[in-house]
Amino acid sequence: MSLAPPGIEVVDLQRTFKSLRAVDGISFAIEPGEIFGFLGPNGAGKSTTVLMLTTLLPPTGGRATVAGFDVASQGPDVRRHIGAALQEAALDPLLTGREHLRLQASLQGLGKPARDTRSAELLERVGLTEAADRRVGGYSGGMKRRLDLALALVHEPTILFLDEPTTGLDPQSRADLWEEVSRLAREQGVTVFLTTQYLEEADQLADRIAIISKGRIVAEGTPDALKGEIGRPSLEVVPAVAADRDRLAAVLGEFGAPTAGPPGAAAVRLEAGADGLAQVVRRLDAEGIALQTFDLHAPTLDDVYLAKTGERLTEAADDGAPVAGAAG
Amino acid sequence: MSEFFSTARAVAWRSLHITFTNPALLAPALIFPLMFYVAFAGGLSSVGNLPGFDYPAGYDTFQFGFVLLQASAFGGVFSGFGIAADFERGFARRYMLAAPRREAIIVGYLLGGLSRAAITTSLLTVVALATGMRPQSSPAEIAALIVLVAFVCSAAMLFACGVAMRLKTVQAGPAMQMPVFLVLFLAPVFVPLDLVAGWVHGVATVNPVTALMNGVRDLLAGTGFDAVLVFGTAIALAGGFALWALRGLRSAERTGS
Amino acid sequence: MIGDLGRRALLRTLRQPANVVPVIFFPMILVAINSAGLDAASELPGFPADSYLDFVIAVPFIQGGLFAMLNAGTDLATDIESGFMRRLALTPVSGTALLLGQVAGVVALSFLAAVAYLVIGFIAGVTVASGPAGVVALVVLAVGIGLMFGSIGAYVGLRSGSPQTVQGFFPLFFVLLFLSSANLPRDLIEQDWFATVAGLNPVSYLIEGLRSLVITGWDPAALWPAVAILVVGTLIGGTLAARAMRTNLVRT
Repeated sequence: MSLAPPGIEVVDLQRTFKSLRAVDGISFAIEPGEIFGFLGPNGAGKSTTVLMLTTLLPPTGGRATVAGFDVASQGPDVRRHIGAALQEAALDPLLTGREHLRLQASLQGLGKPARDTRSAELLERVGLTEAADRRVGGYSGGMKRRLDLALALVHEPTILFLDEPTTGLDPQSRADLWEEVSRLAREQGVTVFLTTQYLEEADQLADRIAIISKGRIVAEGTPDALKGEIGRPSLEVVPAVAADRDRLAAVLGEFGAPTAGPPGAAAVRLEAGADGLAQVVRRLDAEGIALQTFDLHAPTLDDVYLAKTGERLTEAADDGAPVAGAAG
Repeated sequence: MSEFFSTARAVAWRSLHITFTNPALLAPALIFPLMFYVAFAGGLSSVGNLPGFDYPAGYDTFQFGFVLLQASAFGGVFSGFGIAADFERGFARRYMLAAPRREAIIVGYLLGGLSRAAITTSLLTVVALATGMRPQSSPAEIAALIVLVAFVCSAAMLFACGVAMRLKTVQAGPAMQMPVFLVLFLAPVFVPLDLVAGWVHGVATVNPVTALMNGVRDLLAGTGFDAVLVFGTAIALAGGFALWALRGLRSAERTGS
Repeated sequence: MIGDLGRRALLRTLRQPANVVPVIFFPMILVAINSAGLDAASELPGFPADSYLDFVIAVPFIQGGLFAMLNAGTDLATDIESGFMRRLALTPVSGTALLLGQVAGVVALSFLAAVAYLVIGFIAGVTVASGPAGVVALVVLAVGIGLMFGSIGAYVGLRSGSPQTVQGFFPLFFVLLFLSSANLPRDLIEQDWFATVAGLNPVSYLIEGLRSLVITGWDPAALWPAVAILVVGTLIGGTLAARAMRTNLVRT
């Protein structure tokens, strides 16, 4: 039995809107201090799950506890322990950043001296000290997200919900936010529930991820374990002469099952892993097929997603996945 | 309890802060009642000469009674606009998330609305007094008048709040404004009830606002008033709409904010 | 071209009940309330009509015009804000056609509203002293009022490019209407300053022109000022709006 405050436990949680089953019986558990990535395209049920866990929407079935309290029957206790930065940061364009923080502190019941010191501290932390006394209407998207994060942290919650925190941000702002979130988990033991449609984000940040598709969880585990489950790398080969493509595909077929590749390429998931690579090269040479490119790919979360749902997340959410390696 | 009050105070602070830092929001709230007073008390004063018009404190005071009631009721409705806007833009979600006791959100909006109405009606009173209105109330009657007006503002605000929390869009503005407007004008606005003609007379006879309006005018004239009827009506309206607002909050919780 | 633009303007208004309901419903409710609440005023010595309803039926025509002003202004400002105006600037359509189209929509709505006011008024017992030709004249004046206020609204909308600014003119609605002879004839207004303001307010003369057709008959002394105000107002509003439209449609 751990002494740390409990995290999140979800058992067969459901939410139905009229005939639509937005969340269709999901279960998972999040340990205290863990960063949990909740991955899925738009409309998969991510935000509905967050709304239920943050007591903003009652479940229509199942059960969930957050910080040890039931979300349906102990809303006020849940709210005391959580902070949330939800989609489309709800900010008032007419208030300044500092006024937002003081308001939030007051809503959370902090006394006046604590309100002022906590506001100043958080503004410093998210790098908004200079902009603190300007109206939020003039903030950039990144500044608004940073302020939203600061607002979620006012009452030092033990559990933080971030619903697509970096959607629409430029790579630098995105990297800054990732840095801040991992620091919170690492240094302060905050449990983070993060939804995202970006594989990169889940891969970079999350200790563990769950993939949700059409209201159901289709995979759950650490990013490495999930990639390991896919196991075998894929090989994508483009012939020098386009007419050779079918012959090339037939040869590659001897080494594994075909998989989706870029246009003009033949691709397979290598049965023998990277070890069989030399043999592939020898066979192609023997067949006299000239090659333009020859790429070996370690499994990515995208492959995991494809394997579990039958579609690519990058296609489902094509509004600009983050630039690889932006977090450094 | 301190948590409850802290939430309510924060909500009230923001609603007032927004009003007073935005002339575009403040000016109409201040100017509209003055406009009505000027137009009705100034433009229609000859109506006070009609046979059967027997209000002792003069036509200015008679119209001030109506405009005072209207200003406080619309002060409440304006709070409803703010609530609807907060739900539409998602700001209400911040309140719903932060407030351990969500009833405090309604109380906060209510305190904001009452403060705003206090300022609007004070300005109206000053202008009316400066331009010649002469009420004949005793200090006790003035105190009763203030309490009555606060109840009217609360009832209107709680009504609008219930609508706003159910519909959650600023498009609901007319649904908040129109009923209040109608119920105010389907009362004896320009002349005492006896002189109102036609179907409006029938409606005004059963309209609860008629009792409130007569109460306000009686208090201004210092002629004594039917305390049980007037305050009974005010309390019943405020209490009924408090339930309506509370159930609106539950509806907002159920459907997600 | 102008027809198409006018149809768009009209449909745009008719498809938003929030635009139509106030134009018909709101003025009629006020007439109903005022005619009952102030019915006793017709007993004042010197009151020019037998029924207060006959006296007050002219007022909705002005309210309809003020709504036309808000609608035209808001629509054009929204077009600028949404970038639709820029798209039109890329087409060969002229600014004048665009403006006329918008105003045509507003005028059509004024026409429909005037007919509605009169039909409801007749059902409630209004009698028009100037006869059938007077009814036609009332509708013509209503269209003129829509044209004048619509062009002023178009100017404000084009000049500001902000629907909020146009809506901010709403209080003017009350000022113009309330500080006029809408509720009582000017010679029965007791307060001197109020009578003076009402005498300076052009809306008083518009109302008195319309009203004369209902309660007096053909009275040139009351009609000419109304017509003159409409002609001058439309010319000024139209000229300003056309100039503002040219500024918005700057293209090489």
